[in-house]
Amino acid sequence: MSGTYLGMPAFPEAAREAVGNATLRGNLRHATHTIRAKRAKAVSEVSDWAELREAGKRIKDHTLRHLDRYLVQLEESVTAAGGVVHWAADADEANEIVTRLVKMTGEPEAVKVKSMATQEIGLNEALEAEGIRAYETDLAELIVQLGKDRPSHILVPAIHRNRGEIRDIFTREMSEWGRPAPEGLTDTPAELAETARLHLREKFLRARVGISGANFMVAETGTLVVVESEGNGRMCLTLPETLISVVGIEKIVPTWQDLEVFLQTLPRSSTAERMNPYTSTWTGTTDEDGPQNFHLVLLDNGRTDTLADEVGRQALRCIRCSACLNVCPVYERAGGHAYGSVYPGPIGAILSPQLRGTGSEIDASLPYASSLCGACYEVCPVAIDIPEVLVHLRERVVQGGEVTRAGNKVVLRPAKGHAAERAAMRAARWAFLHPGALRTGQRAASRTRRFHPRTLPGPGRAWSGTRELPPVPAEPFRDWWQRTRGGKDGDR
Amino acid sequence: MRVALFLTCVNDTLYPDTGRAVVKLLTRLGVDVDFPSGQTCCGQAHYNTGYRHEAEPLARHFSDVFGAYEAIVTPSGSCGAMVRELYPRMGERARAEGRGDTLAATLAPVVPKTYELTEFLVDVLGVTDVGAYYPHKVTYHPTCHGLRGLGLGERPRRLLQAVKGLELAELPGADECCGFGGTFALKNPDVSAAMGADKVRNAESTGAEVLCAADNSCLMHIGGTMARLRTGMRPVHIAEILASTEEEPAV
Repeated sequence: MSGTYLGMPAFPEAAREAVGNATLRGNLRHATHTIRAKRAKAVSEVSDWAELREAGKRIKDHTLRHLDRYLVQLEESVTAAGGVVHWAADADEANEIVTRLVKMTGEPEAVKVKSMATQEIGLNEALEAEGIRAYETDLAELIVQLGKDRPSHILVPAIHRNRGEIRDIFTREMSEWGRPAPEGLTDTPAELAETARLHLREKFLRARVGISGANFMVAETGTLVVVESEGNGRMCLTLPETLISVVGIEKIVPTWQDLEVFLQTLPRSSTAERMNPYTSTWTGTTDEDGPQNFHLVLLDNGRTDTLADEVGRQALRCIRCSACLNVCPVYERAGGHAYGSVYPGPIGAILSPQLRGTGSEIDASLPYASSLCGACYEVCPVAIDIPEVLVHLRERVVQGGEVTRAGNKVVLRPAKGHAAERAAMRAARWAFLHPGALRTGQRAASRTRRFHPRTLPGPGRAWSGTRELPPVPAEPFRDWWQRTRGGKDGDR
Repeated sequence: MRVALFLTCVNDTLYPDTGRAVVKLLTRLGVDVDFPSGQTCCGQAHYNTGYRHEAEPLARHFSDVFGAYEAIVTPSGSCGAMVRELYPRMGERARAEGRGDTLAATLAPVVPKTYELTEFLVDVLGVTDVGAYYPHKVTYHPTCHGLRGLGLGERPRRLLQAVKGLELAELPGADECCGFGGTFALKNPDVSAAMGADKVRNAESTGAEVLCAADNSCLMHIGGTMARLRTGMRPVHIAEILASTEEEPAV
């Protein structure tokens, strides 16, 4: 994944700053609650939502189970339609392929359709290093790029910004990249949108290279499917001579018929629309119409390793709708940047530590960035049991175990920093397996209750810093039971 | 009917009043209650923090203690969900790891007969009016594992609505997590506290005197936040409300 995110602190520290930022919290709360309510309404309109959700899950699971076969079929279909398929094992390989392809065109710039895969590999930075400028054309991505910022949401990358901040960014930065913002620009949405439209139109009409990702790739025909709301994607797919698409290998669906399910569940889950405004499907090349050169870069970058994990592989069903972000109470407070990845929120908390491994501090902390409330699982249109995977990854962090990295089975050691916790868990287990010991502990706590401090030392400080501790009662229940009903049920 | 009370380690140690209320309530409804004193912890804290292998012996212990009973009743949505939802999963994982069917077979008997208290009242005893009296304005927080894990649905609200003297106030954002989340409260204290504060502010906006839930762990977090924010509201377990009568009113 992008080097931009390396060196991120663990989630709790990264979240602390966001929790303390009142503007950010206000922006996030407003945006997530609005879309949450709209999504619920859009979903409730569909009478067979539960069946659609199950169908989406099954199609994805079937495809993942036979991914080798469908990938070969896809390569054959794309090639037959006039495209060229490239295989990239990791981010470096993918970046090298795309950079080489752009250089072959002799062009110094490219227009981009919003794409998670290219963000995941840090493509813009890689192109920049080779003197190629990549222009983001999705409105929110443009705001992020101009603001020298990072996306904080899968669908609404600039969700952490409000209108005033966007006006300031446009006024300050647009002239650096092309057509400047008009004098006296206000923060009304229509004016901001028009400013972006004029700024971008120059780029669409000039560009000879377009770079995209894909929401789906249809194996039977080699068709690239891009769904979007602004029309910028269609501009990028239509006007340039060369189209380069970087697509994660899990994006395959076997047939056109399978799209029927996802083209219903994706827009309703993500933007709360009945149908997304633009659905573009491209199959190879056609003479004198659209791009004359089409390159498909199929990206692994940790996906095969993730597929090898029986519990964790369900994360690959994700269709990037971001419903889980909008409903997550932790995301709402911590913001997307705290997750240290292009995939924030609940899905990011299970996807990033699988794609990247749990070696870094931030990746080892992500499985804990959830209260396991289950709201994410409830809204997921492909039924990814995110809480289940979170707990599974927690196990990997604290206990280590066998995982697949770069195609090889390796045995992970437990992550650092959990020794005290592990000791406490073992001690607790021992006490819980010896009811007498538990009772002795309870009695000791009851007898010393007058001397209990109101604040706790060590990890307990995290509790007593913001909450009062419950008082320990004079008598635990089991003693009361023994005293009043003693011997009634024996001592099982 | 003879049932086993699975009180949970947290309630036993910190909230014995809830246990006494469950005993009083079920006895009043003609249920013969046992408290198997060998019980300790269902293993949820271990399991959810990533110590599945530490949780397995605790689950086995639970099965040993409770396996012989006709029904197991617990006043905790999350511990109930641990047994019903996660014990089968622990069995499946053990099988997937090539450890045979032993764990699954050991845990299977307790899974279908473990009930959260409100579930037991409504589904098994078939009552919604338990003859309670509680003259206070109350708002109800459906805790996450009760709501989504067990699917308690409207059961707790129906029970509360039937309580004489009780005025039920709808809690805004009721289905949002309070931020407790077990060890989450310790591992991510800032986010947890922010979630708790929002929950308390929503509760305050109802004008209720009491916030009620079916899980003392969440109530410990919410109540601790209420006390620190000096709201004047009180956290009360639903069992204590349902056990309260005109003759013996709860405080």
